[in-house]
Amino acid sequence: MTTSLSNVPDSAGRFGEFGRRFVPETLMHALEELTSEYEKAKQDPTFQAELDDLLKHYVGRPNPLYFAERLTQHCGGGKIYLKREDLNHTGAHKINNTIGQALLTMRMGKKRVIAETGAGQHGVASAVACARFGLDCVVYMGEEDIRRQKLNVFNMKMMGAEVRAVTSGSRTLRDAVNEAMRDWMSSVETTHYIIGSVIGPHPFPMMVRDFQSVIGKETRAQCLEQTGRLPDQVIACVGGGSNSAGMFYPFIDDESVKLIGVEAGGRGPEPGQHASTLSYGAKGVLHGSFGYVLQDDDGQTLDVHSISAGLDYPGVGPEHSYWKDSGRVNYTAITDDEALEGFQTMAKLEGIIPAIESSHAVAHALKVARDTGPEEIIVICLSGRGDKDVNEVARLLDRDI
Amino acid sequence: MAFMPFITAGDPDLDTTVAVLKELAHRGVDLIEVGFPYSDPIADGPVIQESYTRALNNGFHVHDLFEALKTLSADPSITLPPLVGMVSYAIIFRYGSDKFLNEAKAAGFSGLIVPDLPGDEAQELAEKTKAVKLDLVQLVSPLTPENRTKRIVQVASGFIYCISVAGTTGVRDELPPELTAHLESLRSLTDLPLAVGFGISNPNHVNTLRGKADGFIIGSAIVKQFAAFSDPAQNRDAVLKAIGDYAGEMAAATKG
Ligand SMILES: Cc1ncc(COP(=O)(O)O)c(C=O)c1O
Repeated sequence: MTTSLSNVPDSAGRFGEFGRRFVPETLMHALEELTSEYEKAKQDPTFQAELDDLLKHYVGRPNPLYFAERLTQHCGGGKIYLKREDLNHTGAHKINNTIGQALLTMRMGKKRVIAETGAGQHGVASAVACARFGLDCVVYMGEEDIRRQKLNVFNMKMMGAEVRAVTSGSRTLRDAVNEAMRDWMSSVETTHYIIGSVIGPHPFPMMVRDFQSVIGKETRAQCLEQTGRLPDQVIACVGGGSNSAGMFYPFIDDESVKLIGVEAGGRGPEPGQHASTLSYGAKGVLHGSFGYVLQDDDGQTLDVHSISAGLDYPGVGPEHSYWKDSGRVNYTAITDDEALEGFQTMAKLEGIIPAIESSHAVAHALKVARDTGPEEIIVICLSGRGDKDVNEVARLLDRDI
Repeated sequence: MAFMPFITAGDPDLDTTVAVLKELAHRGVDLIEVGFPYSDPIADGPVIQESYTRALNNGFHVHDLFEALKTLSADPSITLPPLVGMVSYAIIFRYGSDKFLNEAKAAGFSGLIVPDLPGDEAQELAEKTKAVKLDLVQLVSPLTPENRTKRIVQVASGFIYCISVAGTTGVRDELPPELTAHLESLRSLTDLPLAVGFGISNPNHVNTLRGKADGFIIGSAIVKQFAAFSDPAQNRDAVLKAIGDYAGEMAAATKG
C-alpha cells in the first residue's frame, strides 16, 4: 500500500484522524449498507456507464475549461482558466453528486429522497434528479434561506419536490442538515438522504468527493490537452467543500500543483462574522463527522455569517481538515466585499455572472494572479452561475432590478 | 422496574435544575438522566430541542453544571438517586475528554450516555470512563442487526438503552408491537439491565413493558413541562409540584 495522501479514507471512514461516524445508533446500520452498496456500484461497469451517460447527455459534461483572456490581461500575471461548472444543467456543480446518489437510491430499492439546502442549489439539483427518476423528494431549507432564495424554492416545487421550512436554531443550512438527519432517523429504511457536500458520517464525504471528482479529472485532462502541462495553481471556494474536493482530489498526487481553498471571510475575523472554519476553527464533531468546526469552548456550534448562503456553514468536510493538517492544500478567506468585487469584475470582463460562492474563488485569483509570471497557469473552479444571486447583489449595491 | 426520568440541565437556569433534582429525589425515582444542552441535537424531537435552546440562550455552561452538582451531592440533607449524563460527543471532545470525565465524576455522575458515539467509535472513551469508574451506557435501536448488537454490548456498562422506535425523542401514543421481540432477543445477548426509552409517557406504556424491561426512561413528557418555568404567568413552585406529581405517578406505576 502506498502512503499517498489520496489513499483515504480507510474502511472506518478515517481521513487520518478525521471523518468517521458520530451518529445515533439508529442510523448506523443504514450507513454500513450504504457503504457496501456504494462499493459495489463503484465496481459495477453498468452503474458507471449509466452515470457517465447521464453526465454527458443530461448534465451536459464535459463542460469547458475556458481561457479567461480579459481577466488575465486585467490582472497582468499568469493565465487564468475557468472550469465552467456554471454551464451544467441547473447551473452548478451540485448535480454531479445528486445524479450519482439518485442512481444509488434506486439500486438500494428506495423510493424517497430527502436533502438539505442552503442557497437552494443542492435542493434544486436534488429535485431535478428526483423528477428525472420519479423519486419522491423532500427538501429541508431554513426559513431564513427560503426568504432569501425564492426563485430556487419555486423551481423545486415546479419539479414536484416538497420544500419544508426549518424554523429551529439559526434557520439556515446547519439547521436544515439537523432536520434532514431527524427525518432520516425515522425513515431510513425507505429513504435515502442525499447530502449536498463532502460532510456527514462515512461514507458521505468519500462518496460525494468521488461523484464530484469528475470536475478535477476533466480539468486535468483539458489543461494537459490545451496547454501541454498541468496548472500551477488551482483555486476553489469551500463551503462544506464539495466543488473544491472534487476539483482538488485528482491533483492531490501532483506535487507541483498548488491547491488553494477559499472560505467565506464574511465581515471579518470576529466570531459570528464569518464562516472560515479552516482558518479559525478547531477540531471537533459536527453532523456526524470529526473535523474542523466553529464552536465555543463547550462544543456548542457558533453562528456564522457569509454573503453567500452556500458557504454559510460552521463545519467543513473531514478530507479538507486532513489536507489542511498535512499542508497539501492552503486555505484562505475572502470577505463579503471582496467577493462582491470579484462578482462584478467577472461579469464586466468576461460576460459571465458567477455564483456569489464561486466569486470568492474568483476574488482570491484576482488577488494573487498579478504576482505570478506570464507563463503560470491558474485554474478557478467556477462552481456555479449567479442568476440566483442577482436580487441580493442588487440590494447590496443599492440598485433596482 | 426502574423509573428513570430525563431532565434538561439549565432550563431555564441551574437553580431550577437543582430544585427539580431534589423534587424528583423525593418522589422515589430510581435514576435521573441529566441532559447536557447541545446546539445540534440530531436525535431529539422538538420538545427537547426547544428546552436545549432555552438553556443555551440563558447561558448554560458545562462547568457551571458540574459545580452546581458538586455542591448538591455534598449536601447531607439530600440523598440523590444515581445520575447519568446524556451528552453529545461534540461537547465531551471539545471540553477535553479527560477533564470532562474527571469533573463529571467529581460532580457525582455514575455514568454517561453519549447518543452520537456509536459502539464502533466508543472504544477509546469506554477505556477512559472505566478508568474513572463511570459507566458508559450504549444504545441499541430497533434497526440494529444482531451482529452489531453483539459488538455493542461488549463495550457497554451500566445498562443497555433500548430505543423503542426508529426516530427522534418525543411522546408517542403507542409503543411499537415489535418492541417485545426486540427486548427478548437483547436479553439473550447480554446480562446488563435493559432500559427502554423514546416515546414513553404514561402508565399504560409502563404496563406493556412489565416483565420485559428492567427500566424505562421518560424524557419529552417531563421536559415538556419545563417550558412553564419560563412563563412569567406561572408560579415556579407550582410547576415543580406538577413535575413531581407526574414523576410520583410514574414511579407508582412501576410498582403497580
Ligand atoms: C455554486 C456553489 N458553489 C459552492 C457551494 C458551496 O458548497 P461546496 O463547498 O460543497 O462546494 C455552493 C453551495 O450551495 C454553491 O451553490
